[in-house]
Amino acid sequence: MFFTYLRRELGNRRKQTVVIAIGMALAIALVIIVNGVAAGVRNAQSSVLESVYGVGTDVTITQTAEPGTDGGGPGQQFSFGSGDGSTEDGSTEVSQNTLSAARGTATFDASTLATVEGVDGVSAATATLSLQNSSFSGTLPDFSQGSSGGAGTAPGSGTGTDTGTAQQAPPTGGADGAGGSSFDVDQFAVEGIDVTADAVGPLTSVTLADGRTFTADDAGKDVVVLDQAYATSADLTTGDTLTIGGTDFTVIGVVASTSSDAATASDTYVPLDTAQTVSGLTGQISSVYVTAASASEVDSLKSDLEAALPDATVSTQSDLASSVSGSLSTASGLVSNLGTWLSVIVLIAASAIAVLFTVSGVGRRTREFGTLKAIGWSNARITRQVAGESLVQGLIGGVVGVAVGLLGIVVVNAIAPTLSASAATSSGPGAGGPGGMPGGAATAAAGSAVEGGAAAGTGGGFGQQMAQATTDIALHVPVTLSIILVAVGLAVLGGLLAGAIGGWRASRLRPAEALRSVA
Amino acid sequence: MSRAEAGATGVADATRASSSPSDQHSPTAPHAPEGPRPMYRLTDVVKTYTQKKKTVTALAGVTLEIPAGQMVAIQGPTGGGKSTLLQMLGALDRPTSGTVLLGEKDLSRAGDHALAAARGREIGFVFQGFNLIPTLTAAENVETAFADGSVPRDERRRRAAAALESVGLAERADHLPAELSGGQQQRVAIARALVKEPTVLLADEPTGSLDEATRDEIMDLLEGVWRERGLTLVIVTHDSAVAKRAERRLHLKGGQVTEI
Repeated sequence: MFFTYLRRELGNRRKQTVVIAIGMALAIALVIIVNGVAAGVRNAQSSVLESVYGVGTDVTITQTAEPGTDGGGPGQQFSFGSGDGSTEDGSTEVSQNTLSAARGTATFDASTLATVEGVDGVSAATATLSLQNSSFSGTLPDFSQGSSGGAGTAPGSGTGTDTGTAQQAPPTGGADGAGGSSFDVDQFAVEGIDVTADAVGPLTSVTLADGRTFTADDAGKDVVVLDQAYATSADLTTGDTLTIGGTDFTVIGVVASTSSDAATASDTYVPLDTAQTVSGLTGQISSVYVTAASASEVDSLKSDLEAALPDATVSTQSDLASSVSGSLSTASGLVSNLGTWLSVIVLIAASAIAVLFTVSGVGRRTREFGTLKAIGWSNARITRQVAGESLVQGLIGGVVGVAVGLLGIVVVNAIAPTLSASAATSSGPGAGGPGGMPGGAATAAAGSAVEGGAAAGTGGGFGQQMAQATTDIALHVPVTLSIILVAVGLAVLGGLLAGAIGGWRASRLRPAEALRSVA
Repeated sequence: MSRAEAGATGVADATRASSSPSDQHSPTAPHAPEGPRPMYRLTDVVKTYTQKKKTVTALAGVTLEIPAGQMVAIQGPTGGGKSTLLQMLGALDRPTSGTVLLGEKDLSRAGDHALAAARGREIGFVFQGFNLIPTLTAAENVETAFADGSVPRDERRRRAAAALESVGLAERADHLPAELSGGQQQRVAIARALVKEPTVLLADEPTGSLDEATRDEIMDLLEGVWRERGLTLVIVTHDSAVAKRAERRLHLKGGQVTEI
């Protein structure tokens, strides 16, 4: 009887049922899409963070670089003396390879790690040293010719290989054989990590693509593990040699980020003590990665660490999440603000429509409910009947909404909008600046007219900031059973709300109404 | 089936129930028990309403006994308290003061739940406007009478079909009310009232929406089931032709009841 009556009533009021169902469907679809996109954005954010900070890192400790000091300075300097480089065929080849603290990174004493490990609530901690290897190599014209010939600086037309005419058309040689110069400036990030740390740190979020990762025996050795993206761009594989800070390192392995969309934190990884030695930053570190003993105590751990390390910048994962910038963070903001409010408003509107329709339906059915009461139906049964109708309307809306929502997610995933994310790897002043060099080989090739006799000139200030890891992530919206259940639950809740109000109205009707109403 | 045919069936039913339809004006009901057991006993029943800040007295101290199995007609001017009295008898409302006994049950002090139970088991209602559920078929409408859900589905269906057959509408069981004539709808309503086998049948202007020919069919039907089942039948009516069929006629005016 319950279902027959219910089916007939809904069938008879098809228009109303459709309107309520559409309203609910719209709200539910929005809830599903907004939540799905929010989860997708969150996943993207955490994959950016994981790639930078490693899995299991609850807190990172850095120190703010003071402007003007080493490591925080505006640029890098390559200095070449007059005797540097090798001269051949009218050109001087110069190259230099330096390893120094990454831009915007301040180093601090390694004893900080011991202090951190002494704080209650720290489960694991590891120190890293973020460095930047810069190599400069270039070809300059043979300036000694120009000064000895004293023949001015008219542009030469000879070729670099045409040595027979070198005397007549100074300056010649150089990269273009016409007195021009060419420089390659190559920069890549070097992360010195504790080779024994496997619980926390940058290398905990990677998968091994080739070779091996560090073992305890690697401490102090000149070995390097490469990020896969960097290995590909630099054309290096396991067994090759890479010069870092003037020292040759053997490539022992290649790692890739577990997230297919994001790069790992650094281009190369070397043992911490080796990094300290080669860079001359003995006893210095730049970050401490901390895992809290309990996830719920991260905030109190943060304040304990701040108390123990007054000079340090202590960041939790949620602090770090806010450091993710770019279109990803715009999407995140959009989704969490506009999307959430929109779905809440639509949900309220849909429920309000359902309530209004149900109440007006009960009003029109006064005589019907009065009659049912007169023939003995209890208030509970009438309330159940009205609530059942609204519930089914909500359910229909919920099911349609889930279908529409899933369709929307399929569409979003098919389009797969690309979001770019920049995670500031340091809170120093250099960080967050525009135009980060994305991970590697910067080539500056310029023909420059060099003043004669200025062979010992200074190099340009290459102020590129390496402090940002920029990652492009295709938005993938996950579908979880729980969000579908929540969405259907909301629809049911909306239906129940309407049904409860409508049923309450119906149960308050006096049965005598049935006798009063004139046909 | 046309209305005329339906009417003919109705007359046939009524004829089966009463051997001599032309004698139905006789005030003597052969099945009415003559014992002292009253179905209803009303004592000093007062019912007042507050309407637009004015107190309206619908029943002004009604004392009345209705023996079990009696057919009673209640007449009187509009606003005289007829409907209010029927509500008291039908356990739809409680009096402001006084007592209403249905058998041994005091309806004036019963809770909502007990009143609903009394309506569901002992009292059958027939309304002027038929009051069928428009979205349900005739058979389903009859089934709504099983209010508390204690009767299994198969038995509900069987009894509903039997009730429709007893009012001559077996072949209309699957029709919606809108597909039935007024007389047919009232027959469905009567089947709905009777299917749970109540001890009391209350009819509020049961022929008020019907033409004369149909009115007589319905009255024949009601009188037939009253004779056949020996239930107590109370009919509120404006129509003297209807009232004349009853064993006892009451007149209600100004909230006071008088015997005619």
